Amino acid sequence: MDIAFFQDVFLRLLGGVPLTLQLAGISLSIGFVLAVVLAIALHNASPLVVLPLRGYVALFRGTPLLVQIFLIYYGLGQFRPSLQAMGVWWLFREPYWCVILALTLNTAAYGAEILRGGLQSVPAGQIEAALACGMSRGLLYRRIVLPLAFRQALPAYGNEIILMVKGTSLASIVTLLEVTGIAHQIISQTYRAIEVFICAGAIYLILNFAITRALAWLEHRLSPHLRPPPAARSATQKGEAA
Amino acid sequence: MDLPAFVSLLGFSEKGWGPALLTAAGMTVLLSASGVVLGALFGGLAAFARLKGGRLARGTADAYCTLFRGVPDLLTIYLLYFGGSSLLTAVGRFFGAQGFVGLPTFATGVLALAIISGAYQAEVYRGAFLAIPAGQIEAARALAMPGPLMLRRIILPQLLRYAIPGLGNVWQLILKDSALLSVIGLVELMRQSQIGAGSTRQPFVFYIAAAVLYLVITFISGALIRRAEKRSLRGVRRA
Repeated sequence: MDIAFFQDVFLRLLGGVPLTLQLAGISLSIGFVLAVVLAIALHNASPLVVLPLRGYVALFRGTPLLVQIFLIYYGLGQFRPSLQAMGVWWLFREPYWCVILALTLNTAAYGAEILRGGLQSVPAGQIEAALACGMSRGLLYRRIVLPLAFRQALPAYGNEIILMVKGTSLASIVTLLEVTGIAHQIISQTYRAIEVFICAGAIYLILNFAITRALAWLEHRLSPHLRPPPAARSATQKGEAA
Repeated sequence: MDLPAFVSLLGFSEKGWGPALLTAAGMTVLLSASGVVLGALFGGLAAFARLKGGRLARGTADAYCTLFRGVPDLLTIYLLYFGGSSLLTAVGRFFGAQGFVGLPTFATGVLALAIISGAYQAEVYRGAFLAIPAGQIEAARALAMPGPLMLRRIILPQLLRYAIPGLGNVWQLILKDSALLSVIGLVELMRQSQIGAGSTRQPFVFYIAAAVLYLVITFISGALIRRAEKRSLRGVRRA
């Protein structure tokens, strides 16, 4: 075991963590907003709107993320003159923005399906009760439907977040030096794949572990109504002790 | 882009890329299927270890599942390709060979997909086993069924029924993961469209074609999985 080598590799890989987190953070935030809008539209809108949206969701869920990244980064390069004319070439020239665009569109499609499931699980009685109280459509969504749907969709959305963190590794294929990119660089310089894999793997596991813990905390916070009230809980504990 | 040019580019004429792309799509299906079948062995062993194993076996299986589900699949592929190749090179040097020995890409690809899918399949099988009503196993024991017979007649048929939806998800995941094998030069659908894009300078056409072929594969396999699921439930009374 070569401790010095491990230390050196680990420190170099840590340099890629900010970029990994940036890619995941930006695309997940924008993707979440898009997913909410898409899910509400898929749930309510007329077939004329729903059909193209379904096509979008099927396209991004049915093809590999790598194809999506290549389609945006290399594929759209074919239309460089018209993109330049539209003034958006700066966006499609940079691998950074292309990856963020691909990740965002990808997570929005998966997220929309997950949140749509959440919206479907909201009991009809809750909505009827809100309407009976005279709530407006907006208030109904803000206070009743969305909180219930989020709570229901949270575990599945958590998986999606972890998949996205793993998905950022594909950015290395279009030359971005995030954790996997740096790992690949070190492997091709030193051919010590196992050591580098252990270090990079540890970094991803730590990231994912932190995310899992944060989500578990959020889930706990969002479901007080599913736990017995504190008074009842302490009573049962006393009962068990007795 | 005028339509005729794009049709002849992807068509089946002498200069068309149609046959190459379709062959590559077949390669993608073959790779993914081999990966999932071999992965069923890994996943089955890991699920068995987690359910019935001793502390050491359980710990190893837990570590395997956590590691390969938490680490990007691209990293796993690099590990196998470069790690395996440097191992082979070392062996080669021992026998007096010179220079770098690359691992055969197909074997590496199948192994990578098997290791990744095995980690996911272990969870599927474990959940499916736990879903089998305890009474079924008790009844088999009460009839003095020997273990292998109970496994074949009672456990496996019911386990598969509960596992089909989860296995369908794993299949779709692995199908899309197989595109990552293009980085080690394995000519599957993604790599073939990269080659086409490079030599014709029409990347958009080729990546759209790849996307459409992937969609066709996922649609067909999705339909087959739904049918299998329906068929597996034909003996179950709906509440």
